[in-house]
Amino acid sequence: MAEMSAIGKKLKETFPDAVTGMKTFRGELTVSINKDYIGKVAEFLCNDDESDFGYLSDLCGVDKSRLDNSNAFEVVYHLYSLRHNHRVRLKVEIPASNPSIKTVTNVWKTADWHEREAYDMFGIIFEGHPNLERILTPEGFEGYPLRKDYPLKGRQPASLREVYRKGEE
Amino acid sequence: MGIETLFGDCILTTTLDKVVNWSRKNALWPMPFGLACCAIEMMAAVAPRYDLARFGAEVFRFSPRQSDLMIVAGTVTYKMAAVTKKIYDQMPEPKWVIAMGACASSGGIFDTYATVQGVDEIIPVDVFLPGCPPRPEALIHAVMEIQKKIDKESVLDE
Repeated sequence: MAEMSAIGKKLKETFPDAVTGMKTFRGELTVSINKDYIGKVAEFLCNDDESDFGYLSDLCGVDKSRLDNSNAFEVVYHLYSLRHNHRVRLKVEIPASNPSIKTVTNVWKTADWHEREAYDMFGIIFEGHPNLERILTPEGFEGYPLRKDYPLKGRQPASLREVYRKGEE
Repeated sequence: MGIETLFGDCILTTTLDKVVNWSRKNALWPMPFGLACCAIEMMAAVAPRYDLARFGAEVFRFSPRQSDLMIVAGTVTYKMAAVTKKIYDQMPEPKWVIAMGACASSGGIFDTYATVQGVDEIIPVDVFLPGCPPRPEALIHAVMEIQKKIDKESVLDE
């Protein structure tokens, strides 16, 4: 899609340091972004008239530590433009040793719960998030269950049972 | 036959237990705790084809305070565990519990960090109903087992 590559090109021209890679697969554009620029890139893609990605359709984490040697996590953003009916995917690599990245809740409000889920499952810290708490697992949960080092049949410590024994006394 | 001969034909005598148990078991008010696909079978059981009303258990109440039979139908996660327990606690005595399906009975295939390995970890269960999901006939059978159990109870035990 010519139109999509134009968006990638424009992004590269506007933020030459931010774009670390670009690839098109089956007409879908994927852009790798340097983690320091995600805030600026998100704002640009949301507000720029040509791209106008007003809708964040998904945000998720990936643990790549056993996929390659990078020992990195990844945050993936799927964007959609309701006006132009086009999509783009952003990938941001962050080190597994210090998994933190700037929040995009100030650009897309829906990122709030998505980022909480990524935090809950991978322990990725979203700096500036208004309420970064666990969302799917209960209070008192320990560890990050979607990380590759989390045991497959992982069990929570007995302390979690207190969660449902609260009402007993 | 004892005192009945003096009363003639117009009076029946029985025990209090029999009357109480008879009324309890034929008017179960289930609390539908539908958590997964088992809930679909549970709904089918009260629909016309299977008609749980034949056993007096058709009045599904969505308020725990009005029910005496909890049907835990589906996978109980740890996030839901506290809610399950709370709702059970809100039901007035006497109350019974059916763990419907493999997940509610034992965690089923979900041998993971998120799933309670059987709802009996949290609340006492009277009947475990296997199946994935169990058919409506199986649920009716479970209700009949509850009825049998009620029949054996005595008001003196309470």
